[in-house]
Amino acid sequence: MAEYETVIGLEVHCELSTKTKIFCGCSTAFGAAPNSQVCPVCLGLPGVLPVMNAEVLDRAIMVGLAVGCTIPKRFKFDRKHYYYPDLPKNFQISQYDLPLAHDGHVDLGGGRTIRIKRVHLEEDAAKLVHEGAGEKIGTGTAALVDYNRSGMPLLEIVSEPDLREPAEAVAYVKSLQTLVRYLHVSDGNMEEGSLRCDANISVRPKGQAQLGAKIEIKNMNSFRSVEHALAYEAKRQREVLGQGGTLAQETRLYDEASGGTKPMRGKEAAHDYRYFPEPDLLVFTMDDVRLEKLRGRLPELPDVKRLRYVQTLGLTDYDAGVLTGDRAVAEYYEAVIAAGAPPKTASNWVSTELLGALHGRKLGIADSKVAPRQLAALIALIHRGTISGKIAKTVFADMIGSGADPEAVVKKKGLVQITDEQALAATVREVIAANERSAADFKAGRQQAIGFLVGQVMKATGGKANPQAANKLLREELGKP
Amino acid sequence: MAGPAALTIHEAAAELAAKKISSVELTQAVFARIKAVEPRVHAYLHLTEETALAEAQASDRRRAADAPLGPLDGVPIAIKDNMCVRGVPATCASRILAGFVPPYDATVITRLRAAGAVLTGKTNLDEFAFGSSTENSAFGPTRNPWDLDRVPGGSSGGSAAAVAADEAIAALGSDTGGSIRQPAALCGLAGLKPTYGRVSRYGLIAFASSLDQIGPLTKDVEDCAILQEAIEGWDAADSTSVRLDGPPPTRAIQGDVQGLTLGIAKEWLTEGLDPEVRAAFDGARAALEKLGVKFREISLPLQDYALPVYYLVAPAEASSNLARFDGVRYGLREDGANIIEMYKKTRSAGFGPEPKRRIILGTYVLSAGYYDAYYLKALKARTRLREDYLNALKDCDALLSPATPTPAFRIGEKTDDPLQMYLSDIYTVSVNLVGLPGLVIPCGFSKANLPIGMQFIGRAFDDGGLLRLAARFQDATDWHRRRPSLG
Repeated sequence: MAEYETVIGLEVHCELSTKTKIFCGCSTAFGAAPNSQVCPVCLGLPGVLPVMNAEVLDRAIMVGLAVGCTIPKRFKFDRKHYYYPDLPKNFQISQYDLPLAHDGHVDLGGGRTIRIKRVHLEEDAAKLVHEGAGEKIGTGTAALVDYNRSGMPLLEIVSEPDLREPAEAVAYVKSLQTLVRYLHVSDGNMEEGSLRCDANISVRPKGQAQLGAKIEIKNMNSFRSVEHALAYEAKRQREVLGQGGTLAQETRLYDEASGGTKPMRGKEAAHDYRYFPEPDLLVFTMDDVRLEKLRGRLPELPDVKRLRYVQTLGLTDYDAGVLTGDRAVAEYYEAVIAAGAPPKTASNWVSTELLGALHGRKLGIADSKVAPRQLAALIALIHRGTISGKIAKTVFADMIGSGADPEAVVKKKGLVQITDEQALAATVREVIAANERSAADFKAGRQQAIGFLVGQVMKATGGKANPQAANKLLREELGKP
Repeated sequence: MAGPAALTIHEAAAELAAKKISSVELTQAVFARIKAVEPRVHAYLHLTEETALAEAQASDRRRAADAPLGPLDGVPIAIKDNMCVRGVPATCASRILAGFVPPYDATVITRLRAAGAVLTGKTNLDEFAFGSSTENSAFGPTRNPWDLDRVPGGSSGGSAAAVAADEAIAALGSDTGGSIRQPAALCGLAGLKPTYGRVSRYGLIAFASSLDQIGPLTKDVEDCAILQEAIEGWDAADSTSVRLDGPPPTRAIQGDVQGLTLGIAKEWLTEGLDPEVRAAFDGARAALEKLGVKFREISLPLQDYALPVYYLVAPAEASSNLARFDGVRYGLREDGANIIEMYKKTRSAGFGPEPKRRIILGTYVLSAGYYDAYYLKALKARTRLREDYLNALKDCDALLSPATPTPAFRIGEKTDDPLQMYLSDIYTVSVNLVGLPGLVIPCGFSKANLPIGMQFIGRAFDDGGLLRLAARFQDATDWHRRRPSLG
């Protein structure tokens, strides 16, 4: 049997989180009562006209810039026609031959670059709710239409067929999710449908340049379903070809329950969308001044930030990845540094202690009661020797629940580190007396024994002893003839 | 007798200002006239007498408080039934919109209300404005007040007939290929198709979005300027509307026309032109020359392509604009076993023959494999046609053409021959394709006492210049003062 290669291209749809819809002033808030966020325009009533939401356009272009696309001097909108009850005008305002961004790329690391063919804007359709519906569409007693979603701004990011594995497809979508969240242009939430994707997948004998028959997969609503649907489809297509069969262009639906894909429509049933330029919107022109202004609105992108954390701040690539995976975390981290904390220590505290504690409480970084300034202050207490690293964790545990300043916690709990050698001297002598064997071992040349003894000093002082001071005193005491 | 209903806007405004008449009296006179002649004319599809009287009372109160809103305050105006008026049924003269009541006002309606106008009702039209005779209305034809056996033109035939028959002081029409100007010519009125972008289309139920404009149908040019001034201007709700910076129409209309040059294309005065129309046109030319206007022969070589280009572009856009009438949320619904059947039954039952013809044509020219050969080619020809007009208007201040090839034709005369019907817009369609302003006024009468119109075509946004030419012509002539004798 020939060895096959899987070829995948993705169309990722991303709902932009502007306050209002793409062509009218209706709210885009998620979860409102059905048909409560509608007006004549998004209901597509006779006589209405679309007016472009300038913020939608700006955000779309920012995404285009962020994936390295060319932004053309002129772009336009077109009408895409098909009849369906979720489409009140029976055409969707979209972009056909002159999208607002084209020819970009996303780097997945490990030398894998996925080319972006185009980025374009369109209006979302309404949501159909099938009342009394069984498993199959059409078995319900009624179809209800919720127009709240009608006219939501939808950004479509189309990749070239550069993806080779289902896992890579998932990594690509996740990378776009991070990006749109970084840009603060979308929630990127797959569960709420603000991030959706369709895939084109084919297989071909390895080494063959020509692509196999393109199969489009729809209805993948989670990262899991993207991976499962594509894995299923890659296997199915290999089997068909392996058994001497042939594949024809078609559209298939992923079925969450069975984990497989089912035919939806063949090539002959493909729509003729009869695209033509939307006469109600003018051709848009982009001048350099505006483009530079939008470029100026772009934050430092995750890849660039990650590299900077490694090269300039000296973090490991792993830690840099953790901190830059979420823009809010990175911003928190940078605020901690800005408040004077050393980058590496701050990295440990943010990625391990803070994120761990928040995760345990099912909270996000925005919910943290510990402000970056307070975390920096805690780190400063350690560095000044006021408290030990160990005590600091106790202090932090208090702070995460109370939001109190670290100095206040230290004072309240009496956790100031004992660095005064005279104050420690008695404890050191007691520990040596109580641990004769370890003391003897150390004197006999077993250097490790000192660690145990320091631990005992810490224990005896409830962790308040400065370990360096304890170590020094123990050595002095044990070094006496 | 029509009494006060026969007044023009400026006459009514003067009488209202002088308190010789109240808006309520004027409105009552108009509705009395409607009751007297409407059974013969059938200009209206829906009357709003109750709200009109309330609006008239409000106007009278403003006047009593010495705070009138302007020349339109208290003046009864009719609205073509393809514009949305909140709470009033909008039908587009189609069964498919049965029961549809818009929950919002078109921008022109908002502006008329702000000017204090009284809205008399919604006027008849060819279904979805597809036609040149108002015979394509699903609710029966409108008759020409000058000869009840003849058509008033279309598609704004109801608005034109209402004004000509004194069933409204003035009216709004819409013009996609001549739908204001051709009825104006056939009913002896002034009708302006403004420069594309001058008047907001928000709330106008679209026929062909890149061609549609709303404009006034009035008894004379002065009225035309007053009504145009009230409705025009940039609108945030219409991206194709334009911020105007020239003088407003009632100011632009003033002044001399001495020394202006008008172009006449040799392609316009061909054998297809009715001799009586030709004679009236030549007479008007002579009258304008007396005013010091110079004439120049020009050529518009692509003129013959205007109608074919129009009948590719307009149906293409119409097929898209009419896709929304599907029975899902409003209007007619014919139930079916499934959604596709529901669509088919609803649209089969709801649309008349002309919308079906244009939807099929438009769908065809936008289809894969035909788009380049038809639609795209038509767009290219449209661009060339515009260049021709802009070139002609470099050497000429405006152009002068006949408005229609013939005076009003008989009801039923062209209904079996769509191509013959389409030809009645031969002088008007190119003006929409090139986006320029076109103004039609009466310039003579046939032996059968039917009005004959001529058309001024101007530079982009020089609508005011056309009004000035036409106003000086009307100062020197009496054609616009003639009225049909409906009794």
